Amino acid sequence: MMTQTQGPWWEQVGAAIEAAGTTVDNNPILNISIFGAFVAVTLFIVIRASRNNKTAADYYAAGRSFTGPQNGFAIAGDYLSAASFLGICGAIAINGYDGFLYSIGFLVAWLVALLLVAELMRNTGKFTMADVLSFRLKQAPVRMAAAITTLAVCFFYLLAQMAGAGGLVSLLLGITEQLGQSIVVAVVGLLMIVYVLVGGMKGTTWVQIVKAFLLIGGAIVMTIWVLAINGFNLNTLLEAAVAASPQGEAILGPGLQYGKNPWDFISLAIALVLGTAGLPHVLMRFYTVPTAKEARRSVVWAIWLIGLFYLLTLVLGYGAGALVGPERIAAAPGGVNSAAPLLALELGGPILLGFISAVAFATILAVVAGLTITAAASFAHDIYANVVKKGNVPADGEVKVARRTVIVIGVLAILGGIGVQGQNVAFLVALAFAVAASANLPTILYSLFWRRFTTRGAVWSMYGGLAAAIILIVLSPVFWGTETSVFKNVGTAIWPLNNPGIVSIPLGFFLGWLGSVTSRRSEDPVKAAEMEVRSLTGHGAEKATSH
Amino acid sequence: MSAPSASPPPSPPGEIDYVAVEDSPPFRELKKRHRSFVWPLTIVFLVWYFAYVLLSSFATEFMSTRVTGDITIGLLMGLGQFVTTFGITMWYVWYANHRLDPVSAEIRADLENREAGA
Repeated sequence: MMTQTQGPWWEQVGAAIEAAGTTVDNNPILNISIFGAFVAVTLFIVIRASRNNKTAADYYAAGRSFTGPQNGFAIAGDYLSAASFLGICGAIAINGYDGFLYSIGFLVAWLVALLLVAELMRNTGKFTMADVLSFRLKQAPVRMAAAITTLAVCFFYLLAQMAGAGGLVSLLLGITEQLGQSIVVAVVGLLMIVYVLVGGMKGTTWVQIVKAFLLIGGAIVMTIWVLAINGFNLNTLLEAAVAASPQGEAILGPGLQYGKNPWDFISLAIALVLGTAGLPHVLMRFYTVPTAKEARRSVVWAIWLIGLFYLLTLVLGYGAGALVGPERIAAAPGGVNSAAPLLALELGGPILLGFISAVAFATILAVVAGLTITAAASFAHDIYANVVKKGNVPADGEVKVARRTVIVIGVLAILGGIGVQGQNVAFLVALAFAVAASANLPTILYSLFWRRFTTRGAVWSMYGGLAAAIILIVLSPVFWGTETSVFKNVGTAIWPLNNPGIVSIPLGFFLGWLGSVTSRRSEDPVKAAEMEVRSLTGHGAEKATSH
Repeated sequence: MSAPSASPPPSPPGEIDYVAVEDSPPFRELKKRHRSFVWPLTIVFLVWYFAYVLLSSFATEFMSTRVTGDITIGLLMGLGQFVTTFGITMWYVWYANHRLDPVSAEIRADLENREAGA
């Protein structure tokens, strides 16, 4: 149990760690050692990888030198956040089917990226999403809007991850004190700054690849273990989960999690399936490979890995329900999120728990690194170099600004992560997807496929989609009137759903159309032809840098 | 399919007249092949996904129906989403390798030659 000594902070931390060491079965020292080993190995790789980080193409796009399979692993490492690993396992363990339903949107979404976005983006852009969106439209306003929506998505996602790091600490290291959690958030933030500052996109990519290996490998081992206990029979596993659940056979069908307000889930589902292809940190990964064909292979690998992983979480979730039991999970320090770690403890004892805990930390680290380099690239490349300086930047000036931005973002992420401790910020991930789907995807698709799309359409769609998503969230039960709201039991929500997508996404598409048909200024037809030819043929696409 | 029909209007050497390229038969064929594949397929998988989501939201009884043992229709349809996602992925890769890449490679080679001032 936690000792509440009032000494200097280091004594408090020491006491907290000592106290945590005596928590039943959980071994924080072991957990920290395994995580430390991960950090040591990845730091070594990052430093080795950073030798050729001179040009912007090296720093932002890893010299475009990764292969499709490597990039596929990195995409999986970037995409499978702690929320999807711990959150989905926990949701399935407690609510069964509805957790599984949630995971499917994250997978199907990749078909939008594969069929409509990945290759065409790779062929027409350089470093950022804004490169593509401003290709044939007016540079300054479109780039600015695209950079702002990029920064917004990265910020929401980053804050959610940092808050998650704090929550994870209480669960895995037994530290429930505010101070201890804040220190861990700061450590995660500092490590991320080092990775991104030193390693650039190459270092970030390697961290994501290593993490994807560990995460999927760990999940495979645990899945086989769970299946072995149940005679490799899914039906036996489901029977055991039903027997262990107070909800009984209700966990086999829909309704436990989203049954109260189905429209809320439908709104979320729209945002999930359309948001992925508009996530700026996912889009930026397409520039780290040499050709559009490799971008296609990346997405194919990512789809197999992500699909496999969600199939594993189905077994792990029901396995946690059967072997640990929903009541024990709900009562554990991390609540729902503790399902996967508790299952690891049940199966393999403290060593497997330590491994899974380290993987969970590595997951947060890899995801925040990817978000930070995306946000830094967008600020330095789009806002500083192309809007403020109008392209007149010395060769290394842009990267210098990007590196400084990394530090600023890292510090903001640490302060933000500490600031939101104890707050319910789970809505931030859903908000990031909603903004990506409302503000980014309409403009991406219109630019790539609709000739009469104009600057006004792009600007209206991006700002309109962004504003609609944020305003609806602020007016929703997430902020007002319920037990879990930001303002607990205060006021009433004007907008009834927790997810804005069902309104903000159609609005984003509508504004793009409306702005285009009402604008008098016609766009350059030669640029439009060039963009179309380049997007489909790959002529003039950025090539890999050779070292 | 070789160079675009009707020699493109004179443009300075090394400069490509993209409007003419865009209007050339090989490019129009490439564009048609690409769009007539990706858009219908996108509509199909979105309809299938939202049908699944709507059934899970409003036809909960039906989705909880057991097929065998504890395996429900909802679970099988969910696993079906994985199967279709993997299937569409493999189909698109086959299509792109066989029907899109050869044409785009040809056009790209032609453009590179022209840009080199040939």
